[in-house]
Amino acid sequence: MDEQYDVIVMGTGLTECILSGLLSIEGKKVLHMDRNDYYGGESASLNLSQLFKKFRDGEAPTANLGKDRDYNVDLIPKFMMANGELVKILTHTDVTRYLEFKLVAGSYVYREGKIAKVPATEMEAVRSPLMGLFEKRRAKKFFEYVQTYRQEDPTTHQGMDMAITPMDAVYKHFALEAGTIDFIGHALALHLEDSYLSRPALETFERITLYMSSMARWGKSPYLYPLYGLGELPQGFARLSAIYGGTYMLDKPVDEIVYEDGKVVGVRSGSETAKCTQVICDPSYAPDKVHKVARVIRAICLLRGPIPNTDGVDSFQLIIPQNQVQRQNDIYIAGVSASHNVCDKDHYLAIVSTVIETENPQQEIEPGLALLGPIVDKFVSIVDICEPVHNGTKDQVFVSKSYDATSHFETVCDDVKDLYKRITGNDLVLKQRLTQEEEQKEMAGQ
Amino acid sequence: MSNSRQGATQQPQPAGKLFQFKLVLLGESAVGKSSLVLRFVKDQFDDFRESTIGAAFLTQTICLDDATTVKFEIWDTAGQERYKSLAPMYYRNANCAVVVYDITQSSSLDKAKSWVKELQRQADPNIVIALAGNKSDLSARRVVETEEAQAYADEAGLLFFETSAKTATNVNELFTSIAKKMPLDMLANPRPRGTGLNARGVDLNRDSKEVGCAC
Repeated sequence: MDEQYDVIVMGTGLTECILSGLLSIEGKKVLHMDRNDYYGGESASLNLSQLFKKFRDGEAPTANLGKDRDYNVDLIPKFMMANGELVKILTHTDVTRYLEFKLVAGSYVYREGKIAKVPATEMEAVRSPLMGLFEKRRAKKFFEYVQTYRQEDPTTHQGMDMAITPMDAVYKHFALEAGTIDFIGHALALHLEDSYLSRPALETFERITLYMSSMARWGKSPYLYPLYGLGELPQGFARLSAIYGGTYMLDKPVDEIVYEDGKVVGVRSGSETAKCTQVICDPSYAPDKVHKVARVIRAICLLRGPIPNTDGVDSFQLIIPQNQVQRQNDIYIAGVSASHNVCDKDHYLAIVSTVIETENPQQEIEPGLALLGPIVDKFVSIVDICEPVHNGTKDQVFVSKSYDATSHFETVCDDVKDLYKRITGNDLVLKQRLTQEEEQKEMAGQ
Repeated sequence: MSNSRQGATQQPQPAGKLFQFKLVLLGESAVGKSSLVLRFVKDQFDDFRESTIGAAFLTQTICLDDATTVKFEIWDTAGQERYKSLAPMYYRNANCAVVVYDITQSSSLDKAKSWVKELQRQADPNIVIALAGNKSDLSARRVVETEEAQAYADEAGLLFFETSAKTATNVNELFTSIAKKMPLDMLANPRPRGTGLNARGVDLNRDSKEVGCAC
């Protein structure tokens, strides 16, 4: 590894792998290393023995769980918004070619002690128990307003400017009930807590629009999930990077980031030092350059079957809005199963997660665990959500953010774009890889 | 490297049933994995070819008979094998594999054997594996005898060819015999499970409400 590179990337999480791929396409010489012997870092999907190694200190997996290779257990619970940024990055880079996706079967919300489906069609909306008849009419007016509102076109504003009007004023204007506000803010706009109410409404409008357009793209739910688990995503971008000349080293401990005159000049592993002018890494490779912004608890649960009251679906998102359980942060449950090639056919996987508010985080996820039915086994982690202290332009060491508590990849993509801009000085403009497309056509004999 | 010329080998119009398979290449660095593919797909050879840049995978079709066409989607390692960093995604759902060694490097056969073991452990149990002893044009520098490799291939149940990407010797034969060995009659559906990209899921490149999941 004693060579000169443009960029050394440490950690093979999704953020790092996307950047590695994008920079390799642009002709940068990239060395990408990971201390683990598997891809994905914090966003990996693990087989049973890797899972037990990580959570049970090397204990052998319980025998009746099935075959090791049938399992790809995600460490973080996230889905892809069908119309979101990650899908755009995947299609523009052609990484879709390496992956298969399935729609998540349903999105649910917890309300007054019951689980209700988030309506996916107009018919479901009409029948939904989530709102009374008159409230449905008011909500309809609200959604029509959101859908026609264009910031650049004042004729759509009806006298309110969403760039300055706080969201709670908009709710008040449409006279929506507290339960409806909970539903819109948490199940559609996917806010984790209620601070958005006092912020300008435009942000929430954009989130609602993303949810609606994602739902409209394929029907059923706004979420997509890659077969074999989320860990396939970093692997796909790593392959993209490798195809454009990126060098990959797994199972490679990193001992030191080497500086000269306050700027990074290389990375040392044992007696070898690879030279570079820029470093990109996840927070675990630069603990002195990050600070903690929150703590998250995640409980990976192995189940015997689909969770009760979700129509027996093979995959779902269930949101418990904070107000429903007297909290400040929502509790999320993400469920996937054998039809996504993430566990054997006799099991289901669910991850219950939330932002920690108290000294007893295990207690905080109880309302979520209580909805799962019998739990075969449970792997709990409490992690710090970290962000870089500096933007990296001074020493050219660019640290990504931890994967946060949101249920999708939008904030990951924001971080990718932000890092890209700081690293290259340019905005990320996604270009379709036309040459590849043309080559495929030629190969297909067209 | 010019890459725009049309391949001179098979360019059949698919007739009858089209079977699509994922084929992965494995083997030590510099044994000629990419060169074999380049010869097969584009009928080209480049003496000073370095590692593969820019190709996600290449495709090539073989007409077995009037009613049967086999399309290979050929995945290259893209150099990720060099530091033992090949992603599990690489051989996931692979229907067939070409494990390549260099007849002038005896260590490359050992490496090939370990790849075969890895495939038998990780990949689909029905995977068809072919062993290719490449660089057969360099017979003066040969260190791996044909009989030795043949004996190993027979014992492990592999197809075996000595090939030369440079002279094109046995390259088409290698891929054609893989196509013939694919269990086509067991596959009632011409796009069997896991062989067509996005065959089971949602195609992100298509912007419609159509949902391809068959469950």
